[in-house]
Amino acid sequence: MELISPTDFAKGKIESLQEYSALAGNSIVSLFGRPRYFADMIQQADLIGFGSLPIVVLTGFFTGAVLTLNSANSLERFGSLSLLGQLVSVGMVRELGPVLTGLMVAGRNSSGMASELGSMIVTEQIDAMRALGTDPMKKLVAPRVASTVIMLFFLTIISDLLGLVGGSAVASLLLGLDYRQYWSSAWQILKFQDVFMGLLKPLVFGFIISTIGCYYGLSAKGGTQGVGRATTQAVVASSVIILLVDFFITKFLMAMFGYS
Amino acid sequence: MSTPTSTISPRIPIGVEPATPIIIFQEVSISFDQKPVLREISFQLERGETKAIFGVAGAGKSTILKLALGLMKPDSGRILVLGEDVTAMKEEDLFELRRKVGMVFQESALFDSLNVRDNVAFRLIEEGQTPPEEIEQRVREALSFVELQNTVDLFPSELSGGMRRRVAIARAIITHPEVILYDSPTGGLDPVTSTTIIELIVKQRDVYGTSSLLVTHRLQDAFMMASHYFDKESGHMWPIKDDPKRKIPMKFLILRDGKIIFDGDVQELEKCKDEYIEEYIS
Repeated sequence: MELISPTDFAKGKIESLQEYSALAGNSIVSLFGRPRYFADMIQQADLIGFGSLPIVVLTGFFTGAVLTLNSANSLERFGSLSLLGQLVSVGMVRELGPVLTGLMVAGRNSSGMASELGSMIVTEQIDAMRALGTDPMKKLVAPRVASTVIMLFFLTIISDLLGLVGGSAVASLLLGLDYRQYWSSAWQILKFQDVFMGLLKPLVFGFIISTIGCYYGLSAKGGTQGVGRATTQAVVASSVIILLVDFFITKFLMAMFGYS
Repeated sequence: MSTPTSTISPRIPIGVEPATPIIIFQEVSISFDQKPVLREISFQLERGETKAIFGVAGAGKSTILKLALGLMKPDSGRILVLGEDVTAMKEEDLFELRRKVGMVFQESALFDSLNVRDNVAFRLIEEGQTPPEEIEQRVREALSFVELQNTVDLFPSELSGGMRRRVAIARAIITHPEVILYDSPTGGLDPVTSTTIIELIVKQRDVYGTSSLLVTHRLQDAFMMASHYFDKESGHMWPIKDDPKRKIPMKFLILRDGKIIFDGDVQELEKCKDEYIEEYIS
């Protein structure tokens, strides 16, 4: 294995960051420029949104269910089982819904974008597109970014709801709690700040997933092996960055809303 | 090859004086990973001329085509295409220029997700200024030129290597470009299919007078192009010895170690005494 000097390594990383920032910035600019590719956007929305629905439904439902099971055990010790709905509701809406949906969509779509665009790079289809007078940033990247941001927002709402349904099912069927009490406490605890926090995150995560998937795809080098490498890197990078960014967004919003 | 039924009209030069070279490279250099690939190369492609570019693998042949199309930027030097300096142009401005330049990529580079019709019509669909009926007609004309009229609904994965190259040629000529860049159009093809492709290139050159840069590893292809002409009446390619007065606008350019070591016609090439070139063409 060839050893790389620390300077070259650092230069390489900074260059990657610069290229990613340029792509992320251009993707936003391209959304407002002409031509606009609505048909491609709808197609991507179908692939990303409707295609991810089964995994998001299952993830949301069982996350809510298992959260209820675990929380019930702890709350019972303090005689506060009636707070179960509140705990599941806040946990799903503020944190688990957006993050887990983001991670599932990252695994499915960030890899898909990286492999599709990577294959187009290594077979010169991207060059051919440019040679034919079409800007790949507008035709390929911008529709993917817009679709992922919009669809992840709605997928997160579905995931949150299914999480609460899963929690309700476990609470009433396994723990014998009254489902009306569960839903009532789950509804009452939610404040504007919680919902805002839970719905801002998927917008940011959607942007991260799509731009990282496109970046690694468009940077693929070295034939099919390079495409495989780009795919793996896209999933790893987008998942890790989602978790990192989640922490900072949460911290920032909690400070902004005056949470203790 | 049967007589063509295509009705593509010969291109009309726009905004360029007849005597102006189509492509000019002026002291162009480019390096990849600090390794120089092209070193201050200069050459020009005249209107109506075909220039075949030779060199060993990695000599920078395909790079020349990508530089000419503005897909890459050189480290230094200037490249003028149809009178415009592509080295100083932004990507958005290059799109208009690329309308007048066709390119056939090494492995065809057809879009996997689109059928032959949409691949060939890609540029017209993207421009959004041509009515669907006219697009259909022009697709059929372009496919008729490459004799693949019956493949419109097929996908690239359903085509043979030779058919893909022919579709790529149809895609390149649909807007009647003034110059076409061919990147190893016969690479990896059997001799019969290669001859078919060469005949199409010769047809484009002799029927429509299109200028072209041709990158190839196969000397026999270039010699065939230099020694044959396309006869519109018979719809066939014939050796030039049958019509000695005919002059073929064909030049050869040979690269070595990032430099041009030969730029001339077939007679000059045959007379050249350079040891490397003699070995290369032997």
